[in-house]
Amino acid sequence: MAETAVQLPGAAARDTGGRGDWGARWGAFVRRHRIAPYLLLVPALAGIALVYFWPLAQMALYSFQNYGLPQVTGAAPVQWVGFGNYTATFADPEFWLSLRITVIFAAVVVPLTMVAGTLVGLLLNRLGPKMSAFVATAALLAWATPPVAGSVLFYWLFNPDGGLVDWTLSKLPHWLVGSTDWAGYNWTTISALPAYTVLTVLVVWTSFPFVAVSTLAGLKTVPAELYEAARIDGASPWRVFWRITYPLLKPIFLVLLLLSVIWDFNVFTQSYLLTGGLANRNEFNLGLYIYDKAFTFPPSYGLGGALAIIYTLILLVVTVGYVRSSVRQGALT
Amino acid sequence: MISTRVSARTARRTRKIGLNCLGLLVALVTLFPIFWMVSTAFKPSQEIYSLTPSPLPAHPTLGNFSQVISGQASGIGTVWLFFRNSLAVTLAAVLVSSLLSLLASVAVARFSFRFRSSFLIMLLIVQMIPGQALIIGLFREFDQLNLLQNLLGLIVVYAAQALPVSIWMLRNFVITVPRELEEAAAIDGASAWKIFWRILFPLVAPGLVATSIFAFITAYNEFIVALTFLGQDHATYTLPIYVTYFFGRGGAEWGPIMAASTMYTIPVVIFFLIIRRRLVGGLVAGAVKG
Repeated sequence: MAETAVQLPGAAARDTGGRGDWGARWGAFVRRHRIAPYLLLVPALAGIALVYFWPLAQMALYSFQNYGLPQVTGAAPVQWVGFGNYTATFADPEFWLSLRITVIFAAVVVPLTMVAGTLVGLLLNRLGPKMSAFVATAALLAWATPPVAGSVLFYWLFNPDGGLVDWTLSKLPHWLVGSTDWAGYNWTTISALPAYTVLTVLVVWTSFPFVAVSTLAGLKTVPAELYEAARIDGASPWRVFWRITYPLLKPIFLVLLLLSVIWDFNVFTQSYLLTGGLANRNEFNLGLYIYDKAFTFPPSYGLGGALAIIYTLILLVVTVGYVRSSVRQGALT
Repeated sequence: MISTRVSARTARRTRKIGLNCLGLLVALVTLFPIFWMVSTAFKPSQEIYSLTPSPLPAHPTLGNFSQVISGQASGIGTVWLFFRNSLAVTLAAVLVSSLLSLLASVAVARFSFRFRSSFLIMLLIVQMIPGQALIIGLFREFDQLNLLQNLLGLIVVYAAQALPVSIWMLRNFVITVPRELEEAAAIDGASAWKIFWRILFPLVAPGLVATSIFAFITAYNEFIVALTFLGQDHATYTLPIYVTYFFGRGGAEWGPIMAASTMYTIPVVIFFLIIRRRLVGGLVAGAVKG
């Protein structure tokens, strides 16, 4: 590197004055070996190692062992079981069910979030300043609601005893809402489909604002002349979107899409609270399934570890796409 | 000619009215759940379980809030205790993560060294790993460190988990500070400390505010680690675990639960409103160059 930059700790050495010989020698050492950046990185790296690398390494180890409560307390020896935990996981129908629920949920929520968010973003761009600020603030409030508060709130809205949704549906005519007896309908703790319907509404509600506001930020960068020209040519809004907006905002859409896939794949808090803790096994997604394996008595850290590794590997596939698209857009430069 | 101009103007006006109605509709639908939470929090219980729910409380009451504050509703203490826990944990985590990420961001923005790109890419990857994939390892690790059921354990985890995004965000701020400023100061004989505090720090301060708020919100909302670490030790509960405990205890006391949720939500909403402009830039910073 052409050293145009000021080597900060090196400069410190020149100016030590009062700190004396030791400080000057240390400064010279830092400068000579160019270790300043590494010194600055060490604390952060230590933190990241502590909460990411070490737990992952430990779990990778557990995943090849029969690690459970007796092994933690020392009542029974730790034994290596090879790929036993992995084969047991793949043989468990509950694993496939929870994987299926996770994938279908993401496959439904991601497009809904993207479409709703993009439409609201386009709308925000067309509204006058006051109305736009009002809608943006409303979206911001939904976005800001903490996951726990949002989940509890939606649980209440969809509650069979006094919840607003059941009451409203029971008042609507049958031709509109079907012949189900909606009064007292239990959405959350009977079966997966209604529970995940509520979860879908909740997650779209909390995550569309991010897409909308990002789309709006992107739209602000599109030169107004392009839209002006399209309007003079009499192009329909649909055509304008696909011919002008979409190509120009494609990088943003791609990142939003990948982030949404990752986030919606990882919805834990809301699914834990809305499906009744770990009480309903038929409503498990992958996160709940891992949590149950590891923390429902008797805990099996071996099986849980294997699952966590599988889960991380699945995520890594999506993350690679995200990282590649970020790097390609010059995030590193 | 005139008539077409007039009709064009009417068409534009109709479209504008239509758009505004649509905007109003979107805003109201989005706000409705929050409105319902706050409205329920102010309703006396006979109105909450009334056969015909009304949008606004007919006889608004502070009873639910006073039950939450007295601790009578949850049975595990006043809401202020959990506010105090949450604030202690989040503020300490924010402080630590801001300091560490500032140091690291100067390293990646101002120096070129081996593994710099690898380090940045590593950050992008690890920030995607969610709590449920790490929780078993974290739980065992902090059990061995004797930091379960202990706010210090949460501080360590939250501070470290905020690092990847904070470093990326701050790096994008440090990059925008012109090097010439620092070089000029160095030529004038300013020490590195002085350059850092007098030049770099004031210019990066807005970035630090943004990353601090990001770290605050993440820590304040965090669920799975707190749920797992704190277990049955009620006195250490943070706000989300307190609300969860309250909610999971049954008895369906929706008035007090909604009052507690409302109180829990207010600080985050205020922060979001403060940083609304920076929010997008910051969050996409890891992805799109800021």
